[in-house]
Amino acid sequence: MSDQWVEVCHVDDIDEEDVIRFDHQQKTYAVYRSHNSEYFATDGLCTHEKIHLADGLVMDFVIECPKHNGRFDYRNGKALNAPACVNLRTYPVKVEAGKVMLDTQGQGNP
Amino acid sequence: MSRDETMVIVGAGHAGGRAALTLREVGFAGRIVLIGDEAHLPYERPPLSKALLKGESSLQACSLFSEASFMASGIEHLSGVRVTKLEPDLHRVTLDDAVTLDYSKVLLATGGRSRSLDLAGRHFSNVHYLRTVDDALDLQRRLEPGMRLLVIGGGFIGLEVASTARELGCEVTILEAGPRLAARALPERLSDALLTLHRRKGVVIHLGVHIDSVHGNEALESVQLVSGEHLHCDAVLVGIGTQPNLELAQQAGLATGSGIQVNRFLHTSAPDVYAAGDVSEMQRADGAFHRQETWRNAEAQGRLAALNMLGQQAPFETVPGFWSDQYEFGLQTVGVLAADARVIERALSGEGMLLLYLDARSRLQGACGWGAGNSVAKDIKLCERLIESQVLLPLDQLADIRVSLKGLLRGAHA
Repeated sequence: MSDQWVEVCHVDDIDEEDVIRFDHQQKTYAVYRSHNSEYFATDGLCTHEKIHLADGLVMDFVIECPKHNGRFDYRNGKALNAPACVNLRTYPVKVEAGKVMLDTQGQGNP
Repeated sequence: MSRDETMVIVGAGHAGGRAALTLREVGFAGRIVLIGDEAHLPYERPPLSKALLKGESSLQACSLFSEASFMASGIEHLSGVRVTKLEPDLHRVTLDDAVTLDYSKVLLATGGRSRSLDLAGRHFSNVHYLRTVDDALDLQRRLEPGMRLLVIGGGFIGLEVASTARELGCEVTILEAGPRLAARALPERLSDALLTLHRRKGVVIHLGVHIDSVHGNEALESVQLVSGEHLHCDAVLVGIGTQPNLELAQQAGLATGSGIQVNRFLHTSAPDVYAAGDVSEMQRADGAFHRQETWRNAEAQGRLAALNMLGQQAPFETVPGFWSDQYEFGLQTVGVLAADARVIERALSGEGMLLLYLDARSRLQGACGWGAGNSVAKDIKLCERLIESQVLLPLDQLADIRVSLKGLLRGAHA
């Protein structure tokens, strides 16, 4: 499958240790900036119930769903506690010329 | 825990279902019998008054299990069945068809039922309650643009149904006997905000009113208030609270108050009998018993009960909390909103606000707030961590939104 890099935002549009919602072609993503300014991306909706993760809290490398307290490691999508039990899909992210880029066709860290 | 043990779970709602799932998840290989009086597999109830009522969700989407995961779990689900007797001394329950079942451990997750309103001793075909998915689907069939829905009770069920009905184009009137909305759970500030929101959305709200008489034949056509005012309706939703299903525990001689009394390990007063979810009334550190009717409590207690049934001795430590979604707004609370707390308000974006409840030593005990969508969630989650950490907070800075709650939390850990 070919790469599909799309521009998400400027690197400073996401605060350190925070997350934003990014919608692209009928899909929604959550794009994260860690406390040490690494960038990551996962599917935008919690796997437990379809709720936007971008409203959730980021602490260290963990995103917590805004409603049900399901937690995921956003670096690899791993579901960390009930009620979330299905992992999030992750996507490759890179920074180029001050822009955060996301590969919508790629597979991020397992 | 051996293979020949039997875990019986009475009540196949959220707490019971979560307990059954957890037993399997952590490796219990014996028999699990999950008994419920509804026809369905366990499901989560919050969408019933919102997405499901609106026709945007389904029972399947609310279910704790998929059909496949349920089949794979090997859990025996007795649906449409009631437990009529519990005999702790014999470790036995009796079902409504007189079949008996011996258990190693039993969990009572019997939940509650809608408190019914006495309408002059009469039954009307268009008076609805909302507790189960079937209740929600029955009500859904009534909600059409232009129909007149009368909501009796200005608590969360009434307010969420009013919100959904307005979004579907219904004409909605709410009657509340008390002086403000959702008074049992919310501070005046949020009750007032909800009142303003609903009125802005076109809901007619009468506070401090009482019904004098009801009129109609097969269907309820109108009610007359004590004030003399006459209100016509096409359907009625009664949301005046729930009544915990205590009868089984009471007949078995278990200690009960407003719920089935349990300690922090969710043990009832009888050996090998546990209780969880809406029906359990847990003793807190201060000695008082508290019962909670929330998603979070059902989820956390269902899980903990399963672990303790398998021999763990883990105390219940989950901070209480709930949410409510109305129109495009979301409300959340966490911790205890004590009447004698010092309350500090932080403005959030838009109309949003966050109220912080501090004790005399300026430690956070509770918080509640609301805003567009789920925008209040981040702050509420930070508040949960501040409550858990019991860090001393700078009172004079808390109202300043430039002072980040995350920074205060991190400062405590630095």
